[in-house]
Amino acid sequence: MDVKASDGVAHPSEHDPDEGGHFGRYGGRFVPEALIAALDELTVFYQKARADPEFLDELDRLHRDYTGRPSPLTDAPKLGEHAGGARILLKREDLNHTGSHKINNVLGQALLTKRMGKKRVIAETGAGQHGVATATACALMGLECVIYMGEVDTERQALNVARMRLLGATVIPVKSGSRTLKDAINEALRDWVTNVDETHYLLGTVAGPHPFPAMVRDFHRVIGMEARAQVLDRVGRLPDAVAACVGGGSNAIGIFHAFLDDPGVRLVGYEPGGDGVETGRHGATLSEGSPGALHGAMSYLLQDEDGQTAESHSISAGLDYPGVGPEHALLKDLGRAEYSPVTDAEAMEAFALLCRTEGIIPAIESAHAIAGALRLGRELGPDAVILVNLSGRGDKDVDTAARWFGMVEGESAAEASGTAIAEADLSGRSPAQDEPSPAGADTGAVQR
Amino acid sequence: MSRVEKIFQDCRAQGRAALVGYLPAGYPTVDGSVELLSAMVEGGCDLLEVGVPYSDPVMDGPTIQAAADTALRAGFRLRDVFAVVERVSAAGGRAVVMTYFNPVLRYGVDAFARDLAAAGGLGVITPDLIPDEAGEWIEASDAHGLDRTFLVAPSSSEERIASTARAARGFLYATSTMGVTGARDAVASAAPALVERCRRHTSLPIGVGLGVRSAEQAAEVAAFADGVIVGSAFVTAAERAGADGVRDLAAELAGGARRGAPASAATGA
Ligand SMILES: Cc1ncc(COP(=O)(O)O)c(C=O)c1O
Repeated sequence: MDVKASDGVAHPSEHDPDEGGHFGRYGGRFVPEALIAALDELTVFYQKARADPEFLDELDRLHRDYTGRPSPLTDAPKLGEHAGGARILLKREDLNHTGSHKINNVLGQALLTKRMGKKRVIAETGAGQHGVATATACALMGLECVIYMGEVDTERQALNVARMRLLGATVIPVKSGSRTLKDAINEALRDWVTNVDETHYLLGTVAGPHPFPAMVRDFHRVIGMEARAQVLDRVGRLPDAVAACVGGGSNAIGIFHAFLDDPGVRLVGYEPGGDGVETGRHGATLSEGSPGALHGAMSYLLQDEDGQTAESHSISAGLDYPGVGPEHALLKDLGRAEYSPVTDAEAMEAFALLCRTEGIIPAIESAHAIAGALRLGRELGPDAVILVNLSGRGDKDVDTAARWFGMVEGESAAEASGTAIAEADLSGRSPAQDEPSPAGADTGAVQR
Repeated sequence: MSRVEKIFQDCRAQGRAALVGYLPAGYPTVDGSVELLSAMVEGGCDLLEVGVPYSDPVMDGPTIQAAADTALRAGFRLRDVFAVVERVSAAGGRAVVMTYFNPVLRYGVDAFARDLAAAGGLGVITPDLIPDEAGEWIEASDAHGLDRTFLVAPSSSEERIASTARAARGFLYATSTMGVTGARDAVASAAPALVERCRRHTSLPIGVGLGVRSAEQAAEVAAFADGVIVGSAFVTAAERAGADGVRDLAAELAGGARRGAPASAATGA
């Protein structure tokens, strides 16, 4: 395969925003004037770098020797049996160094940071994957690293907090607001306004003010470029659908972009449905939100009647965000991509299924995309080819999953876990046929 | 001439800088904020900045964040800001609204301008709206006769200072430092230079904010700017001593703004 990791950077997209960073009515810069100079500087350095063979070569070298690109494409036939017999192909971003797609963007921006002569990097993180990738790149390149993380997320992703600290980063738990990703971004923006001279804000998704949405996307376009070539090579045709989870939208836009001009390929983004959109406790920004400005860009967001940002809810820290990247807002309005919520329970069911069928423990974020692929397969039938972005691996989520499925000694199972694991049962028996185990149906199902 | 610009000019004619005091509407309650803002007028605030509490105030430090939080938790609704403006105006205050842009977008940009003008508000300060993105707001503020204040920062290029000043009406807000709101011990050294640069591009009055909390600092700012903008210190004073606290602080700061103004300013530059 002759896709280079830097191709998405070197070759401007046909779907670039206008000069002000507008994707249709979305995007732009809704930030304090104090940040405009830094955003302009970043734009200039990025434009110069993408035309500079030295930068592109360095990015390619790092992605080959450090990240481990290209990431493989894995056939998931046993998972496919649960998806109406469709052929499911997993794009294995989980196998990248640091365990997710986030490293694609981080290495690019870390190289830019050095070019700009800045010595300090700040970043927000939800699941901790972006924080870990950023801490990793900073260790590699000798940059000071400060990570803002909502206090709630530091608790549910404790493993990643430890990883970041091992890598030499300072992790600051954010105690304001909902104490999740949204508030970590607020705090990072405040730091940036204050220290912008020596600091680069290494934003972790395709949101924020211009140039972030387009630039971060470009660093992730490699996912779709590789996958498109791999699917053509393996199957001899394009997939019928591409599925990805959507938090801020970076892994989704990364894989979608290569297929935007293939009208026969459905692009479907799966948002965190939390307890179910009808409960109001979810993070399904595109499905349930409305246009507005948050964190520097016009896009869809979850908000109340007064324009106050609503709190999002999801079992997945990386998707627990009431905003979304502006290009997705445009793709939704154009009808080129579809977005649909997946509840915590449905995602965890898919999580368990992938573990048991294919021996792959996905990130809970990515499990939302797996759940989506199961739906798509059942809808499209056995001849369908479905490409899924497996954006990350689940090591960080083992604790959450063990609790959900009631696998933790001395703790009772989450209410929904019985259903989730029972439906993920691979024996083909219905839960009703199971012998109730002495320890109760939930643990019984798990121990099977 | 715009009504806000007139306030600055009148102060200048009296040989002093204008004192601009900020407080979030609805802090600690809607009625409480009217009382506090009225006391700030009594103490000597020439112009009030009535803040709209917002869930994601990225330009604000801990003090104003906490105040906005208190207001929102007490049930502040966006429409309350019009009531607050109306009531403090009736009490003799002159008010502009300071708001992040999303609440305005959500309310409807034109509807917001219409209802604010009807309530007696004079204009709006938009900390996260740059003129480049402000097409709809410029139209609405023109249509309803409101002034519009944009911010400039020490990092702003000459070009941006010029274009921002061109888009503004009433006064220009110069942020004294790179940073968020919050009282500081010293007025940043970047402020005089920024104001100096602004003067090259505009004859609009220039208010300086971020970090001012004492009469000494007010005097320092008044020596080179047309307005002294104070926010966090009023919130802290309200927390400590309510209406008396903010009235006393306003009087103290107004004293500084009088003392500090260069004598030549009395003739009106
Ligand atoms: C594995 C994984 N997938 C997806 C996401 C969501 O981010 P995005 O929507 O930008 O891809 C995260 C964020 O932390 C993540 O860790």
